[in-house]
Amino acid sequence: MTQRLKLSVLRHGPLLTTITIFLMAYIIGSQLYPAMQRPQAFFNLFINNGFLLIVGIGMTFVIITGGIDLSVGGVLALTTAASAALLKLGVSAAVVIPLMLVMGTAIGLGLGSIIHFFKVQPFIVTLMGLFFARGLAYIISLTSVTITDPFYKYLALTPIHIPFFAKAYVYIPTLVGPLLLLVAIHLAYFTRFGRIMYAIGNNEQSAGLMGFPVGRTKIMVYAFSGFCSALAGIVFSISLLAGYGQFATGVELDVIAAVVMGGTLLTGGVGNVIGTLFGILIEGTIISILQYNGTLSSWWTRICVGVLTLIFIGIQSIFARRKKDL
Amino acid sequence: MNYKASFKRIRESRLFWVLTAWAVILGFNALFIPEFFRINIQDGHLYGNLIDVLNNGAPLMLVAIGMTLVIATGGIDLSVGAVMAISAAMGAVLINPAPTDKLVSNEILTRNATNTPLAIIVLATLAAGMLCGLWNGLLVSRAKIQPLVATLILMVAGRGIAQLITNGQIITIYYTPYFWFGNGYILGLPVSIYIVAAVAIITWIGVRKTPIGLFIEAVGINPKATYYSGISAKNIQLLAYTFSGFCSALAGLILSSYVHSADGNNNGLNYELDAILAVVMGGTMLSGGRFSLLASVIGAMVIWTFTLSMYALGVPANALLAGRAVLVLLVILLYSDRRLIKRRSKSADHQNKPDVMTSDEKLDLPRP
Repeated sequence: MTQRLKLSVLRHGPLLTTITIFLMAYIIGSQLYPAMQRPQAFFNLFINNGFLLIVGIGMTFVIITGGIDLSVGGVLALTTAASAALLKLGVSAAVVIPLMLVMGTAIGLGLGSIIHFFKVQPFIVTLMGLFFARGLAYIISLTSVTITDPFYKYLALTPIHIPFFAKAYVYIPTLVGPLLLLVAIHLAYFTRFGRIMYAIGNNEQSAGLMGFPVGRTKIMVYAFSGFCSALAGIVFSISLLAGYGQFATGVELDVIAAVVMGGTLLTGGVGNVIGTLFGILIEGTIISILQYNGTLSSWWTRICVGVLTLIFIGIQSIFARRKKDL
Repeated sequence: MNYKASFKRIRESRLFWVLTAWAVILGFNALFIPEFFRINIQDGHLYGNLIDVLNNGAPLMLVAIGMTLVIATGGIDLSVGAVMAISAAMGAVLINPAPTDKLVSNEILTRNATNTPLAIIVLATLAAGMLCGLWNGLLVSRAKIQPLVATLILMVAGRGIAQLITNGQIITIYYTPYFWFGNGYILGLPVSIYIVAAVAIITWIGVRKTPIGLFIEAVGINPKATYYSGISAKNIQLLAYTFSGFCSALAGLILSSYVHSADGNNNGLNYELDAILAVVMGGTMLSGGRFSLLASVIGAMVIWTFTLSMYALGVPANALLAGRAVLVLLVILLYSDRRLIKRRSKSADHQNKPDVMTSDEKLDLPRP
């Protein structure tokens, strides 16, 4: 019994650590700054970091298969720039949004195909994808383009009141992340696709020998990540009502950090999307605390995220070692 | 037959492809931008686009030298651009130790003087970069974090550190002796190119006349076998990353001296892409192993020839990013494609062989 308990704690160790750290950070933050005790402060985490959650879900899948996707920030920025430019030309939002999603998926599909068919390391291919997408965004426009489309404005400015919390509200695009999370949970744990994903991450060769469609699944995972980045780009451009090639610089690390904090091993095969949600909530809480503090500058968030990533990679290696010992 | 064999030797040389690429770009320029080759003499210095290639390309050549050694050990250093920003910030702050939250009068900030001796400024700048490299090296060799992730942390957090040093401001440098590194001339040629030559020659002696080069290649090909043969793979990795930090710091010094300022956000922006491009064009495999310093330096020169040619044609700098990214991919695919063809011909020889990898092919697999 104790052995089983020990095993299950170890199995969910990283996730439990993440949730504990999130709760601790939030409680400490709300003790320091009473404004954080309001329910709205909690929902703001989702409003401000919704796009990170969306990117994080795609990234989690990629990392579970043992790869990495550094192109997310570029695809996100390209989506904002391209959609802003298209909306400015008078193209309907009903055309722009699906078009952007197709574009993101296509970029992911292309990167995944190169990774699979040419056997190039994922990071180098996706790093090139990052620079390629950012370069394209700059070709579209060298400056920030504002969005005046009425549908985007409607989405950006309509609050949705949350039941049971009188004054709390979120916006329509905020719901995209949590909904996608439900889809991702279904994909990862209740479909064949999800199981093959984990199998590839654990041992690609055995997965291939067992007859799983390794190549197809890997390419699909990168395409899904591209889709998520484009979706995040749409959410991002709605919340800012602008598009620019320089948006979301360095978002790769934020997302990888969140995924790592959520207990997904960078070596692949182990991980969960729920953890990624809490990883992003931790980052959001830190940013909130820094904002409530007011005297610390924004670059501290970059340094904090870097330090957190390191700490969690350390925690991961401890858990991995313990598991081996058992 | 003999002719064919010697051609094959030339074609398989690491320098062949990069020199071909350079020739293609220069040929294009000769046809469409003839003024690219004009060199004037003003005040005893040479001026012209070709001299600019040497001067502007010097930081990239330095970064590429460091990156070559890191990639040869099977790693990667994504933090080079951020390290450049950190060292530039370090130098600028030491020259003008002013930026804090309180306002400083313009006269103090813009005067052509400093309280710190130039030698100490240079040494501190280099030390800051080497410290960053040492940090990367410790994470990779001792903490066993994948090089990609370890250096990604500094790639993003490093820009935060650079802004922390300059307090988020772009510091303009007014101290003229500092400009010598980026703008000075010796015998008509830019100082920066002499620095590159010195570093390249010292590095070449270090890796080719001592066993270090061999050790680096051994670590890149098979770290475990290297360990069993009694070489400390950890220390070799540590050395490579520290050296890369040193090269980036020197590059940051030259760059900040050239542009007369330190900007935490934009110093050394996208240098990681260009450095990887230079190294890959130079024929060094990203999976580690054999490398060529000269080919990487020429690769950096090709990139700057290409960049300045595009500027001459009026292409904006940011838009070039997409073009360069496509270029890197093509170069990488060129190499992996050749491997693909080899593998196909191999499996054609063994028609009945089951689709299982041979140990030979396993070596080709990317390392995590």
